[in-house]
Amino acid sequence: MALDSKIPKGPLKDKWTNHKNSINLVNPANKRLIDVIVVGTGLAGGSAAATLAELGYNVKAFCFQDSARRAHSIAAQGGINAAKNYQGDGDSTYRLFYDTVKGGDYRSREANVYRLAEVSANIIDQCVAQGVPFAREYGGLLDNRSFGGVLVSRTFYAAGQTGQQLLLGAYSALNRQIGRGKVKMYSRHEMLDVVVVDGKARGIIARNLVTGEIERHSAHAVVLGTGGYGNVFFLSTNAMGSNVTAAWKAHKRGAYFANPCYTQIHPTCIPVSGDHQSKLTLMSESLRNDGRIWVPKHKKDVEAIRAGKLKPTQLEEADRDYYLERRYPAFGNLVPRDVASRAAKERCDAGYGVNATGEAVYLDFASAFMRYGKEQAHVKGLDENDEALVKKLGQEVVKNKYGNLFQMYEKIVDQNPYESPMMIYPAVHYTMGGIWVDYNLQTTVPGLYAIGEANFSDHGANRLGASALMQGLADGYFVLPYTIGDYLADDIRTGPIPTNSAAFDEAEKSVRDNIEHLIINNGTHSVDHFHKRLGKIMWNKCGMARNAEDLKSAIVEIAELRKEFWKDVRVPGTNEEFNEELAKALRVADFLELGELFAKDALLREESAGGHFREEYQTEEGEAQRRKEFQYVSAWEYKGEPKDALLHKEDLVFENIEVKERSYK
Amino acid sequence: MNLTLKIWRQKNANDKGKLVEYPISDISPDMSFLEMLDVLNEGLINKGDEPVEFDHDCREGICGMCSLYINGEAHGPDRGVTTCQLHMRMFKDGDTIVIEPFRATAFPVIKDLVVDRSAFDRIQHAGGFISVNTSGNTIDANAIPVNKHDADTAFDSATCIGCGACVASCKNSSAMLFVGAKVSQFALLPQGKIEATDRVLNMVKQMDEEGFGNCTNTGACEVECPKGISLENIARMNREYLKASLKG
Repeated sequence: MALDSKIPKGPLKDKWTNHKNSINLVNPANKRLIDVIVVGTGLAGGSAAATLAELGYNVKAFCFQDSARRAHSIAAQGGINAAKNYQGDGDSTYRLFYDTVKGGDYRSREANVYRLAEVSANIIDQCVAQGVPFAREYGGLLDNRSFGGVLVSRTFYAAGQTGQQLLLGAYSALNRQIGRGKVKMYSRHEMLDVVVVDGKARGIIARNLVTGEIERHSAHAVVLGTGGYGNVFFLSTNAMGSNVTAAWKAHKRGAYFANPCYTQIHPTCIPVSGDHQSKLTLMSESLRNDGRIWVPKHKKDVEAIRAGKLKPTQLEEADRDYYLERRYPAFGNLVPRDVASRAAKERCDAGYGVNATGEAVYLDFASAFMRYGKEQAHVKGLDENDEALVKKLGQEVVKNKYGNLFQMYEKIVDQNPYESPMMIYPAVHYTMGGIWVDYNLQTTVPGLYAIGEANFSDHGANRLGASALMQGLADGYFVLPYTIGDYLADDIRTGPIPTNSAAFDEAEKSVRDNIEHLIINNGTHSVDHFHKRLGKIMWNKCGMARNAEDLKSAIVEIAELRKEFWKDVRVPGTNEEFNEELAKALRVADFLELGELFAKDALLREESAGGHFREEYQTEEGEAQRRKEFQYVSAWEYKGEPKDALLHKEDLVFENIEVKERSYK
Repeated sequence: MNLTLKIWRQKNANDKGKLVEYPISDISPDMSFLEMLDVLNEGLINKGDEPVEFDHDCREGICGMCSLYINGEAHGPDRGVTTCQLHMRMFKDGDTIVIEPFRATAFPVIKDLVVDRSAFDRIQHAGGFISVNTSGNTIDANAIPVNKHDADTAFDSATCIGCGACVASCKNSSAMLFVGAKVSQFALLPQGKIEATDRVLNMVKQMDEEGFGNCTNTGACEVECPKGISLENIARMNREYLKASLKG
């Protein structure tokens, strides 16, 4: 099958408008005859389910959590971008588009990103109307802040809990539709397969996580808003339940999986402290607005700090290496995530890491305390030369901006970040790969759609901060509800989809067989045992830096681990009850297949771009080296074992933006 | 650290349930409470026993999925944190820790430490929203200015994570802090005013139908709330309710 991205013709700025004007619509009376399944209730899935119901479709929404409100979008901290130009600092749709394509290292689809920028302003209007309490200026207008990789202030935020507030907005819209009876909500349900009838996605097989019951659900179209697969690394900033199962099962049913190796590594996470850790905690990148990142200049100071003989606060300014400000004077601490992450790794690999494991750098607010404190002292008519007073006033300002993050850090690390600089290190955060979709967000399986982090489309090799929330809501509120109508217009006479067909039988049987195998398998190791081993291979060989040799061995090791898993995993209990180990086993089984495809994709991509760094392809200064011949999306077709997957290429054509060396210097 | 855990085991909603004792050793003070339970479960699975079921997801203190009643307190002895952010350094070597599910009629036990909190969702279905079309055809966001103090206060109410600690801590199993927080968020914002009457009446009605008790101003909910939602929210809800009742 040739990949058809269905990008509308015409000038970039008119593509979306023209497309909306020309696609088929479904008459409101007919929408009542059409069912849509939405899997996942995060920013993308939740907003899509609410909007589809608002339009009149019958929606069935599914999430594995106990409530739609717990989807992992809730943990996003920093903010959401929108080209509102409220600050009058020169922002525009084009600039947001430009920054996003550049931040994605020219590995995202131009038309999709432009549309994203175009609808971004609308998202803010929508959310404010829903009562999302964004930060305000004293005049009552919305406040903005700046984020990595950009030179304007376009990020809207609600303290360090923006994702939470946006998700609760979508959840409330969803609740309204549940209350009206237009959405039937299935929480504590996990989707375990897509059902394809006559080449079209017509339903899903879901497992009720409380009773273990295997259920058949049919619909005229299926939408996956199931998030990313960062948990393939075991340790990541994802929620414990975040998984790839729905996306992977869609892949096995014919949906191409695009750019699986594109992972975003987030630079400001709390470092790994020991083997006991179950997950990593991110702290909003917005901290880099005010925090300065450094390590000691001299090895002897590093050793003294690690030995506990020297405190970071005792180190003179001249003995500190503010390496981001040194290397990237134009953007300084606000370089994009991949640049900041690699630079931290480079310093730590060179032996300058400041914690016991040598994998941490400082994020220091001392100068922000003084800068804000002086301003406050001036405003309040107090003594600007009283250092203690100035520091205290400054700390109050910082507390107002990032208080919850400081508190979280202190709880986890047991150190007061107001007194001593925070320690941070990069961690796996967001995945830019995902199910391949065309401009309509439809996968290569007709009637199967993928939105938000579950698809690959908008962010490319690395994404800038505050743009994932934007994509989730753009897809769910404003894009999918239009584009899906084009497909559903042909279904107004179809009538309800029966669940007693051969396709449903076959899908249910394959789910039951997997479950039965896991339950009766009398193995010796827990699910986590295998998940942790997979994670180690992934991080060591497919992580922040990769090379051909490691990737080749990773492919072999993952395949072997998968075999061992199916032979030796132990899942206690039965299927007919609440059984979290069984749920985990089904998820890890899919991670073990995805992991191999991930490594295969990384091996093939002989270039460095954004979040994926091939050691063989770097400039003399250690910057990522893109290669023109890799200016494509890799879309993998399932052919049995992951190693047999077939590659399809979608060339990325940039007509409105000049592909340049990406520089933040 | 070496500890003795006394954990509530209950096969399902119909089972009677009992406390079972588990010794556990080599616990690092840097572990979170849930990581300690992971270690326990790994050991149980390796022995061929069934692991202890507990709810958890983000492990960053924000999703509200984790619960646990630890030594008689919702989310345990630390203040302002959820169970996933509770660290073992809060305990001493040799401690005995009693771990139970959140107990309330409206939160039936599913298994072990997992309870069903969907009553909270049903209260939200009854009115926890602003009735705005999701089409995006609304007015420009800055055309609705909001006083900064009001916006900040609304935000404080909106940070409720719906974990249910307020219900679990309350001797009456009242959900008024939770419902009060949502009612307050919208009562404080200009967008929410128009349907304020219906909202508070419907939400309170649903809250009562779910079997939550009444508030007797004990204040345990505020003390145990991991997000510091204040009693002021309950007072505001009561004012809104009174106003709505008089109107109705």
